[in-house]
This record gives sequence, C-alpha cells and structure tokens, in this order.
Amino acid sequence: MYAFEFERPSTLDEAVKALGAEGAQALAGGQTLIPTLKQRLAMPETLVSLAGIAELKGISAEGGVLTVGAASTHTEVAGQTAYPALAHLARGIGDPHVRNRGTIGGSLANNDPSACYPAAALGSGATIVTNAREIAADDYFTGLFETALEEGEIITEVRFPIPAKAAYVKFEQPASRFALVGVFVSKGEGGVRVAVTGASEAGVFRWAEAEAALASDFSAAALDGLSASADDLIGDIHGSPAYRAHLIGVLTKRAVQAAG
Amino acid sequence: MAQVSMTVNGMRVSGEVEGRTLLSTFLRDTLELTGTHVGCDTGQCGACTIHVDGVSVKSCNMFALEAEGAEVTTIEGMANADGSLGTIQQAFQDHHGLQCGFCTPGMVMAAAALLKENPKPSEAEIRTYLSGNLCRCTGYHNIVKAILAASGQDVAKEFAA
Ligand SMILES: Cc1cc2nc3c(=O)[nH]c(=O)nc-3n(C[C@H](O)[C@H](O)[C@H](O)COP(=O)(O)OP(=O)(O)OC[C@H]3O[C@@H](n4cnc5c(N)ncnc54)[C@H](O)[C@@H]3O)c2cc1C
Ligand code: FES
Ligand code: FES
Repeated sequence: MYAFEFERPSTLDEAVKALGAEGAQALAGGQTLIPTLKQRLAMPETLVSLAGIAELKGISAEGGVLTVGAASTHTEVAGQTAYPALAHLARGIGDPHVRNRGTIGGSLANNDPSACYPAAALGSGATIVTNAREIAADDYFTGLFETALEEGEIITEVRFPIPAKAAYVKFEQPASRFALVGVFVSKGEGGVRVAVTGASEAGVFRWAEAEAALASDFSAAALDGLSASADDLIGDIHGSPAYRAHLIGVLTKRAVQAAG
Repeated sequence: MAQVSMTVNGMRVSGEVEGRTLLSTFLRDTLELTGTHVGCDTGQCGACTIHVDGVSVKSCNMFALEAEGAEVTTIEGMANADGSLGTIQQAFQDHHGLQCGFCTPGMVMAAAALLKENPKPSEAEIRTYLSGNLCRCTGYHNIVKAILAASGQDVAKEFAA
C-alpha cells in the first residue's frame, strides 16, 4: 500500500472540504477500498474517513419511505424491520465481520457489478441523496464501477420507497459470496421493478420484459416462456453468459414467489 | 506518523502509526500481540478476526487510526483471569476443533461474537455464521461441535452431520 494522509472530519461540511483537495478519497467501511489499496489499484494522497460524521448515520421509516444514512453498516440495515426485503439482502452480504464494517454508501459508490445493494436501489426505485443533490436510481448507475457521482461528491443517505411486495434472491458465488446473479423484484406504487446484478458487463440493470409481464400478473407463472438475453452478460470461470441468462430467469421467478 | 490510543483487552495502549498501518499490524508488531493471525491479508479468511467496540471485524481490513478510542478484544483477552482457557477455548480443545491452529484465534473470536448474539445457535446457524472464517485443516465439523458445546448444548443431540 502506498502511504497517504488520514483525515477524520466530524461534520459533512468538513468532509466535503477535505474531499475537494487533490488526490483525496473517502473511506467508509474500507471493506472494498482497503483491499484495493493493498493491491495498489488506488493511490490516494489523503483518505477522508466518514466514520465520525453523525449526519451520515441513522435509519428511519416515515410515510412509507425508509431513509438509510450512507454510513449505516450492513448489520444495521439487516436489523431494521420496516423494509424486510432490504434487511434480508443486507443479512446476505459477505460474512458477519464484513457486515459490521461495510456500509450502504460505500457499496453504492463502488457499484461493483456483482454487489447486492445496487439491485435493491434500482429494484426499489430508490433515491440516492448526496451533499449536492438527489439522484434517482435510474440515473445513478452508469456502468461497471461507474456512477453519476462527481469527484468528491458524498452520498449522505438513500431513500427507499417501501413497496407492497419485494424480495431479493441471490445465487452466491461460493468463494466470494458476491452475487453470481442476484435479482431484486418489487411491486409498489411506482409499478413493478426487476433489477438484476452480477450478470451484466455494464453492471446492474432492469429486465424490462419481465417487468412488463409482471405488471399485469405478478406471479411466477407470468414469466413462463420468457428468457433473458445472454448478450453482453459476464462470462468467467464461474459461469458463461448463457448460464447467467438462465439464472436470471430462474431467480426472477423465485424472487416473485418469495415476494408473495 | 500519528498517535493512536485505544483499549486492548482492558489495557490502555497507544503508539505511533502511519495512516496505512493496519489494525492487525498495530496489534502484532507494535503491541506484540501475535495471537491475532494474518492469513490472507485480503479480508477473506477471517484468521485476523477480533472485536472492536463489541462487534467482530477483520483486523486486516481496518486501519489502526480507525480504532482510535475503541475497546478492542483479541484472542489474548479470551482466557480466564487466572490464565486458564476460557469456555470457548476449552471447548475447542475438548472437541479437537483445531489442527494446525492457524485459523483458531479468528474462529474463537467469531464464535464469541455469535454466542453473544445468539446464545443457543443451531448447527446450521453456526455454519452460516462462520462463512467468513476459513479452516484448511479440520473440515469444520469439530469446530461446529466445539461451539455447540461452548453454548452449553448437547453436542450428540444437536450435531447432525
Ligand atoms: C469477504 C467480503 C465479502 C463481500 N461480499 C459481498 C456481497 O456478498 N455482496 C456485496 O454487495 N458486497 C460484498 N462485499 C463488499 C462489501 O459490501 C463492502 O462493504 C462494500 O462494497 C463497500 O462498502 P464500504 O463501506 O466498505 O466502502 P469502502 O471500501 O470504504 O469504499 C468503497 C468506495 O466507495 C467510496 N465511498 C464510500 N462511502 C462513500 C460515500 N458515502 N459517498 C461517496 N463515496 C463513498 C470510497 O471512496 C471507495 O471508492 C464483500 C466484501 C468482502 C471483503
Ligand atoms: S488475514 Fe484478515 S481476513 Fe485473512
Ligand atoms: S486448524 Fe489449521 S487452518 Fe484451521
């Protein structure tokens, strides 16, 4: 790991200022960033720890919306009861020790193509709130490890409209426990959403055909005969594009069943 | 270099660290608490598992400066006051829950965290909870038995595999 300065701001304003400096990068739970630094894939001059900022903490449910502070750990999200499908997803991330450090903000900022939270945000129609603006999930995920965030922009909270029905089903890559494929479905005021992670070279995406089929009939049977295209899907030692396409169909059905 | 202070196994400690100094490095090299093992150094294996402010973390995946002011417990803090093995440690010995012993400090710390959350876990719950702690030797069965025993359950009755 290259050497860097370490800063611990205690307010959002201080953090925004610190991140405005050349070569500064945010550190949340470190569960992705620290391994990245060890591999020398990043060389920040300054790491700005977000851990001491009270404005980024806390989870609350009000008026059908769950608001999750960006620095909430996966364990904390797993412990809330207002949005059970989201709690279930958080409980399935990595292992207990990773969940005690890793945060929702870090996961969404990183946008790993196999991460779980991007599926929840896109699959719920969440809003990603930053120090500067509000970004709809549909506009936020822009590609592999790419997001709409500007340099130095900090996610402060994520707002999830709580749908009437929702479920996340993940087919684990057994060594990493990330999603080989994961599907988040929801049926709420904004209609039906089906978000797929782990599968595409372009990161998380919505499966429009399945959403259309489920809009008129929210049942696993409505998906009969529908298959996801293998074009642009990830192919690696864990599974071919065709295998992942097959999993998308199977897991979407299971998610609809689990959502009830 | 920066100064960092924390409480480790009940003792106030401090030392000079760099920003990039890992908590595992601070514990092992500065405090010479070498019971915390570093296996993979990538956050995968769990050999370096310790408790920070009451929850389990992988100490190779955290900077020492992030533990400023924290209460840290390592495997060295798990023995009884008279130096005899703590309940979980004794159960690992009784049930032959270790062979080379490399993963054991992390396993014991993970087990302690589990039993705090869930005092009577089922075999399946134990196996799920240990997903972040890898063992190359035992095949896990005896580790699971040791944790069942440490929780005061009847191993013969609860262990199906
Ligand atoms: C063994 C292991 C297993 C895992 N399994 C899974 C899994 O099954 N599913 C899954 O989804 N993930 C998994 N992860 C990843 C884990 O969820 C990470 O915690 C998460 O991806 C990153 O969150 P973090 O808080 O640790 O962020 P960090 O590692 O601290 O930061 C990640 C990136 O986000 C940026 N950042 C952090 N917070 C903010 C913010 N508020 N605003 C703007 N930018 C920010 C950082 O600058 C950095 O670029 C696993 C990790 C490990 C080590
Ligand atoms: S040494 Fe920390 S997880 Fe392997
Ligand atoms: S006893 Fe050897 S790695 Fe677990």
